[in-house]
Amino acid sequence: MDLIVVKNLVKQFGDFTAVNGINFSVKQGESFGLLGPNGAGKSSTMRIIGATSQRTSGEVLILGKDPEQAGPQIRAHLGVVPQQDNLDEELTCAENLYIYGRYFGLPKITVKNKLDELLEFAQLLDKKNSKVKSLSGGMKRRLTIARALVSDPDILMLDEPTTGLDPQARHILWDRLFRLKEKGVTLLITTHHMDEAEQLCDRLMVMDKGEIMAEGSPTELIKKYSTKEVLEVRFGSDRNSQMVEQLQSFADRLEELPDRLLLYTESGEDLLAKIVAANIHPNTSLVRRSSLEDVFLRLTGRSLIE
Amino acid sequence: MRSQTAVRKVSLTGFRYVVEARILNMIKWTRIIIFVAIANPILYLLSIGIGVGSLIDSKDGLGGVEYLTFLAPALLATAAIQGMLDEVIFPTFEGFKWVKNFFAMNSTSLTGTDIAGGVFVAALLRTTFTVVIYWIALYFFGALDSPTAWLAIPAAIFAGASFGALIMALAARAKNEDVFMLITGRFIVMPMFLFSGTFYPLELMPTFLQWIGWISPLWHATDLGRFLTYGHQISTTTLIFHLIYMFALLVVGLYFAFHNYTKRLAK
Repeated sequence: MDLIVVKNLVKQFGDFTAVNGINFSVKQGESFGLLGPNGAGKSSTMRIIGATSQRTSGEVLILGKDPEQAGPQIRAHLGVVPQQDNLDEELTCAENLYIYGRYFGLPKITVKNKLDELLEFAQLLDKKNSKVKSLSGGMKRRLTIARALVSDPDILMLDEPTTGLDPQARHILWDRLFRLKEKGVTLLITTHHMDEAEQLCDRLMVMDKGEIMAEGSPTELIKKYSTKEVLEVRFGSDRNSQMVEQLQSFADRLEELPDRLLLYTESGEDLLAKIVAANIHPNTSLVRRSSLEDVFLRLTGRSLIE
Repeated sequence: MRSQTAVRKVSLTGFRYVVEARILNMIKWTRIIIFVAIANPILYLLSIGIGVGSLIDSKDGLGGVEYLTFLAPALLATAAIQGMLDEVIFPTFEGFKWVKNFFAMNSTSLTGTDIAGGVFVAALLRTTFTVVIYWIALYFFGALDSPTAWLAIPAAIFAGASFGALIMALAARAKNEDVFMLITGRFIVMPMFLFSGTFYPLELMPTFLQWIGWISPLWHATDLGRFLTYGHQISTTTLIFHLIYMFALLVVGLYFAFHNYTKRLAK
């Protein structure tokens, strides 16, 4: 069953078109990602699906209902993790979860019985009675996720879940989200981090300037829009662009970034050997597998994080 | 999927969960709230009521009562308005701008109307507490002189509610809190406090300034309060007009508060 169906969705703010006629659907139990740079229209799309913002045109069905007709009824079944934590800083962790459960109209006793389980999931059981303002960024993020789970949502929506967190905090968070995915929770995630999309999403949609550039599983997208491997070479910022012409013929495709050149190929090591044999010596070289970052670069001609 | 019953329940009485959240927040400030509620009337009554009052010999202009008795209903209504303003302005800015917790509320089944309603009712509760304490202080200072004096409590709260609703509607539209506070504080609240017949009868003011009193809920509540606390003579028409005016203000204020909350959340 499709929990989310979006057809020809358009969202305009005055003259600016944030979302320009996109189509997609998300099945039950699926983990779906919206990938794109800032300003791609991801958050606008999320707010419309989250039944808090009105669309300009198009059709949207969430759990079979139109968010503009049945906003509160739909929201009762969504768990929302916004881009910016909006926890109540003066209240404790337990109080934040409790009151959020109450907003859904859950009975006091039901919410109270869930507190420990949620705090344990967020690895914050020892912070149960600490005020939120004393928590670290990663802790607040986990609490926000736990808060979104208080109503046992059918869909968990996460807007940039790990942006601004340090690597360790991100990995803890990914682990928590992965567990939810294993339990069959439907996830809708926006991110501009490729690694995050690769870790968490079964299927994703690459967005840019309000439009869908590509859709598929991470592996499919890489297969379709990139090569197996990438050779990254650096000649120093002055010489990089001079080398483009010489190197063009060696690779399937070449991308020039300000600090390095990316050569797309099936085997990076072989390509490097050929270049060296042709008496071209980069300052540094690196062979890696293609990632969604490369897909994005191919599709938009820009890198994701500028 | 969970049953629809829980949802339907929320959409009817959603505001009470927001009230619960507001109270949970206020509890964190219990001591300050109690201190302010008690210190405020005592300071005003000592300084203006007794201090300034002792300089006023003539009771004729005041309808034959002590200055403190004359002043008391005005102070009570002022306290109600001030209390209401604090509790609608700050949570509104906090909710939309500083913490953005209204957006968290709105991502549950709660609507803009639920949230505005909850903030308003919680503010009323806090104001009721403040006004009751104030009234008790007035009683001990001997400023109340009528069996109907207790009715000054709902009259003051009524004024606070009607003015509070209006300010809440405006606060929900305000982008910049500093500008908003400056304008409401200096150009609305202060003139209202000074020109609503608070310190002397409105009729003593030049006619061209009396309109400030007429549109001010503070004057309506004060005039009503004086009738209730010491039998100040007003006609039945005036009495009804006071009530209708404050009620109309309340309805209009709440309508726009609900509307503006909903609109800002949907942006």
